[in-house]
Amino acid sequence: MGFELAIANVSHSYAKMRALEDVSVTLNEGEILAVIGPSGCGKSTLLGVVGGLIAPSSGSVSLLGETPPDTLNPYTFIFQDFALLPWRSVAGNVGLPLEHHRLGVGERKARVADALARTGLSEFADALPKQLSGGMRQRVGIARALVVKPAVFLMDEPLSALDAQTRELLMDDFEDIWRREKTTGIYVTHNLDEAIRMADRVMVLRRRPGRVREIVAVPVPRGERRKPAAQGALRALHEELWANIREEAKLADREVARG
Amino acid sequence: MVDMSVGGTRRRALVSFRGGGFAPVSITWISVLFFVLLIGFWQMASSLGWVSGLFLPSPLRIVDALQRLALSGELTQHVTASLARIGAGWAVGAVLGVVFGGLIGLFSIWRSVGVPFIAAMFPIPKIALLPLFILWLGIGEAPKIVTIALGVFYPIAIGTYAGVDNVARTLIRMGQSFNMPFHHIAFKIVAPGALPSVLAAVRISTSIALILMVSAEMIGADKGLGAFLLTAGNLMQTDNLMAGIVVVAAIGLCISGLLTLVERSMLSWR
Ligand SMILES: Nc1ncnc2c1ncn2[C@@H]1O[C@H](COP(=O)(O)OP(=O)(O)O)[C@@H](O)[C@H]1O
Ligand SMILES: [Mg+2]
Repeated sequence: MGFELAIANVSHSYAKMRALEDVSVTLNEGEILAVIGPSGCGKSTLLGVVGGLIAPSSGSVSLLGETPPDTLNPYTFIFQDFALLPWRSVAGNVGLPLEHHRLGVGERKARVADALARTGLSEFADALPKQLSGGMRQRVGIARALVVKPAVFLMDEPLSALDAQTRELLMDDFEDIWRREKTTGIYVTHNLDEAIRMADRVMVLRRRPGRVREIVAVPVPRGERRKPAAQGALRALHEELWANIREEAKLADREVARG
Repeated sequence: MVDMSVGGTRRRALVSFRGGGFAPVSITWISVLFFVLLIGFWQMASSLGWVSGLFLPSPLRIVDALQRLALSGELTQHVTASLARIGAGWAVGAVLGVVFGGLIGLFSIWRSVGVPFIAAMFPIPKIALLPLFILWLGIGEAPKIVTIALGVFYPIAIGTYAGVDNVARTLIRMGQSFNMPFHHIAFKIVAPGALPSVLAAVRISTSIALILMVSAEMIGADKGLGAFLLTAGNLMQTDNLMAGIVVVAAIGLCISGLLTLVERSMLSWR
């Protein structure tokens, strides 16, 4: 029963630049893995490889076992810049990934309506993206992912384009959705707090080349991380991870772009 | 809070505003006034005999000429002939431009062939090719239509592939990440994304088409605004000449207004 996502020995080079080297990790169904690391450490590259948008120089990604039968798109992205079609309404954007599947009109509408309802967008179905706030736009991005019932959500800094308050609200939304049903996903972020709040395990990448530095489990279940009793353990994890990232973040910060 | 400056010992300096300017707007009454004054002055200069009616007919005489030409049916004939040419030439050039521009935007082979070809052909004044087209196609409508079509083709092809190039990469990756088939990505993501650039090129192409229409009709046509202008010039009928120019300008304005409507309705999402 269930499935596993196996990332096995993935390496990737852009021309001469080694972006990823020998990254391996296995996700179980229902698990959220956060990937953190300074900018340029290969987080987006890793997600691109997992989602089949980048052909890795070596290594492979595979799903082992049974994926949910009604999945239309096993690996589904939620993008940092939302990637909405500005000329389509909210419902049009959410329905887009269904249009090349053989579905009845009724099922199509039902799926879109369900995804809109689950992201609180029902009353905005006819609005254009330009009329929405950043947070609402990303909710459209989430609804568009939900509509194809993915096996694995691939989230590339989904909250980076939003202000701090909106980020909080959307994290709540993610948690709600994840609580209601078992969700498997990779959550890329450069924000340590976000990683510790959202993930079951946190994978730290180092840069140049991007290698796995460590993978640590968050010691408190996601539902209990707001409780006062959990704060000590979470703070300790935060400090441990930050100590590891700090030096490399400093290097990334002081780097001069060439080319 | 207590006002500490009550004693009058502290200097008070108001912040002066320095953020003005650099925001020009069109003020309608000034625009209208300008044209009224211009035309009024022109009429006055003619009425007072400051300029000879032969060199520059007065606005009233131009209106007279327009009326006479309209009533005699002459104007309709020329305008119809011209609109038919520009319509046909523009449509052919625009369709081919969009198709080839799209192919160049999507496929390496078309890009390798098309971009240098366009770079070489675009700068040629198309009217210079008209004699050649007459040689090839005879002296009917075809050479004029081809000349207009060619003039329209290049800017629209360039505008189309530039528009395709400018479609946000992440939107295409989004389409791929949902396994959308190629033609869905091309028609649902790339085409609408390129539309603003295509419409900008359409706008440029219409003024090129208008210039080519008049020029081609001056070279070989007995009906059409270009032919009418040439005859009026040769016969020193400057009132007819000016009336023809007014009609050409009016056609240009109508096309431009029409395009604005099209842009508003098709690009309202921006
Ligand atoms: N298309 C590309 N061509 C060349 N180099 C790239 C390309 N995409 C990313 N890189 C480089 O690969 C490294 C990893 O990039 P990326 O995966 O985007 O990192 P992150 O998402 O962690 O910021 C960076 O140094 C970046 O400059
Ligand atoms: Mg990135």
